[in-house]
Amino acid sequence: MEQQSYIENIQQQLPEGATGSQVVRKNRYVIDIRTESLLQMASHLYHNLRFRFIIASAFESKQGFEILYHFSDDEAGSIISLHVIMPHDKPEVDSLANMFSGANWIEREMREILGITFRNHPEPEKLLSEGNWAEGVYPYRKNYKS
Amino acid sequence: MGLKNFFLKKSLWVFHFAGASCNNCDIEILDILTPRYDVERFGVQLVGSPRHADVILVSGSINQRDKPRLLEVYNQTSKPVFVVAFGACGCTGGVFAEGNTFAGPVDQIVPVDAYIPGCPPKPEAMISGLSKLMQTIS
Amino acid sequence: MANQKIIPVGPYHPLQEEPELFKLYCEGETVRDIKWETGYNHRGIEKLSESKTFEQVFFLVERICGICSTSHPFAFANCMEEIAQVEPPDRAKYIRSIVGELERLHSHYLWLGLAGHFLGYNTVWMWAWKYREPILDLFEIISGNRNSYAMFKIGGVRRDVTGDQIALARKTMSDLKKKNDLLTGAVMDDPVIHARTKGVGVLTREDVMDYAAVGPTARASGWDIDVRRDDPYAAYDMVEWKVITAPEGDVFAKAQVRLLENYESIKIIEQCLDGLEKEPEGDTEVKVREIPEGIGTGRAEAPRGEVFHFVKTDGSNSPVRHKIRAPSYVNIATFRKSCVGQTISDATISLAAVDPCYCCTERMAFAYDWHTGRKIYDGNQLVELSKQKTQQIIKNNA
Repeated sequence: MEQQSYIENIQQQLPEGATGSQVVRKNRYVIDIRTESLLQMASHLYHNLRFRFIIASAFESKQGFEILYHFSDDEAGSIISLHVIMPHDKPEVDSLANMFSGANWIEREMREILGITFRNHPEPEKLLSEGNWAEGVYPYRKNYKS
Repeated sequence: MGLKNFFLKKSLWVFHFAGASCNNCDIEILDILTPRYDVERFGVQLVGSPRHADVILVSGSINQRDKPRLLEVYNQTSKPVFVVAFGACGCTGGVFAEGNTFAGPVDQIVPVDAYIPGCPPKPEAMISGLSKLMQTIS
Repeated sequence: MANQKIIPVGPYHPLQEEPELFKLYCEGETVRDIKWETGYNHRGIEKLSESKTFEQVFFLVERICGICSTSHPFAFANCMEEIAQVEPPDRAKYIRSIVGELERLHSHYLWLGLAGHFLGYNTVWMWAWKYREPILDLFEIISGNRNSYAMFKIGGVRRDVTGDQIALARKTMSDLKKKNDLLTGAVMDDPVIHARTKGVGVLTREDVMDYAAVGPTARASGWDIDVRRDDPYAAYDMVEWKVITAPEGDVFAKAQVRLLENYESIKIIEQCLDGLEKEPEGDTEVKVREIPEGIGTGRAEAPRGEVFHFVKTDGSNSPVRHKIRAPSYVNIATFRKSCVGQTISDATISLAAVDPCYCCTERMAFAYDWHTGRKIYDGNQLVELSKQKTQQIIKNNA
């Protein structure tokens, strides 16, 4: 119950755009949000609640491309993940790298391994694919064949 | 044994090339320079430039991006040069051999003179490998 | 800029998947900007992991980084136990913490030695690495290998630590305490080390927050985070210890944090050994039959900071997606703040200060510009520059 009220409390403070939340298990929460509202949500977690950005995990599923932006609430010892789903044909989302530099590398990485476009990225250069695999090949997609 | 080989045997200078390795081999290589193992007593020294090297010690698997660099380093060294494939990854690719960026074990890219297996090889194995390499010089 | 010269540093720096080529954009002696290129060490571990079973993944993640070869299995075990909803027995928790802390000790000694080397104090390097050897010996006796220990599995540990090993561990720890006193004294009281490291490579709290840096890098900037305390795992909430922080954010503060953390690690290990003696021998694991579908996140405090693993499972016996974040992934990016405005000779130690691993700086060896073929410094010359500066300070002080 305590867990439920913790996440509901955070969700209530969030601006409009959160479509749901779930308690995965103790101290692990996922908040589903709409792709358009990512900037607003992340800004609230980062600027107002002072949560630390850990990393983002992206993967392909039946629903499309999904990204979980993991934030850490160090005082409570919990991980809050913002969950966005993008359609298969248009994997596009706003970049968080202008808000905090910690997102710079991981967004470039996600672009290269999965082909997700990050709008307004300050430094859209290649990070690790140069020389390793060709532009337009996305090794972490389901249809990739080595 | 000619004069040239005599001096070569007594002062093997090593250039360490770390490919896509996990760092374990690299630490052990530095470790044999420190007081307990101290290979400098055999005249083995790490050098910073491939142009000074008699031995290239290659640790780690080689990925697509490393491959041209390894060839470049090999071409820059003065010949004769010995190539030592170091650790499981250097010898065969190890756990990374199935990776999507793997470009082949070292011996498919440059000719290899000695293999030192292990993950990571123990310092004793390393010293044994280097001394066997020295024995081939005559 | 017309007057800017580019000094490439790297590319080989095999800490994790991300070794880099740093390009220092310099005007005269001063570093104006820094850019990085990575991918030289990309082995596709996250992709490989999807083709392995959960038991095999442990051996794979152990080989992400040789120095943190316990932290990654640690975080992965935490992650899988979260998904499978199991809790390892207390004995396994103590053993996990002991292995984790021993790793922190040997890693901090390693860093200290290399930092000494970059400042031109090879004696510090030799001594610190000499004192590191007994820790590796202890590892060899406990696990059978000096570096990759293969101690972890889902639900517990693979090997027990018993009788003689406990006695040996106690003796190693009490010896180490004296050696740590010696090294702490040697580093903290040396005026030249003060001159070389104080006010160099400063990261403010805001920078740390911006780059999401973790571990000693964050703690030396006064940001009090430590996963061991904030989100306790293994035996860390069963023992007494404290988180070390320093407010300055410079290289000296980072060294200080690491040296003092060594004492805490020794304290944790000693208490865990006490705990081990109370628990029944052989009770080292709980059986895990299957891994259900779900997502899990696991973290562990590596010597360099928080290791984060995310795993998505579908009920089969291998991960669907395995995302790994090593601490250096975020710490390395802070170079952009800590090196800019410094001289080139200070850049060496600033780069080394976050403990990216020795290879970062040592691998400066392989330094020439691929695109222009311009003549530039190689790694040894950079270390040489750094040493000259130390010599200069010694002369001025005399």
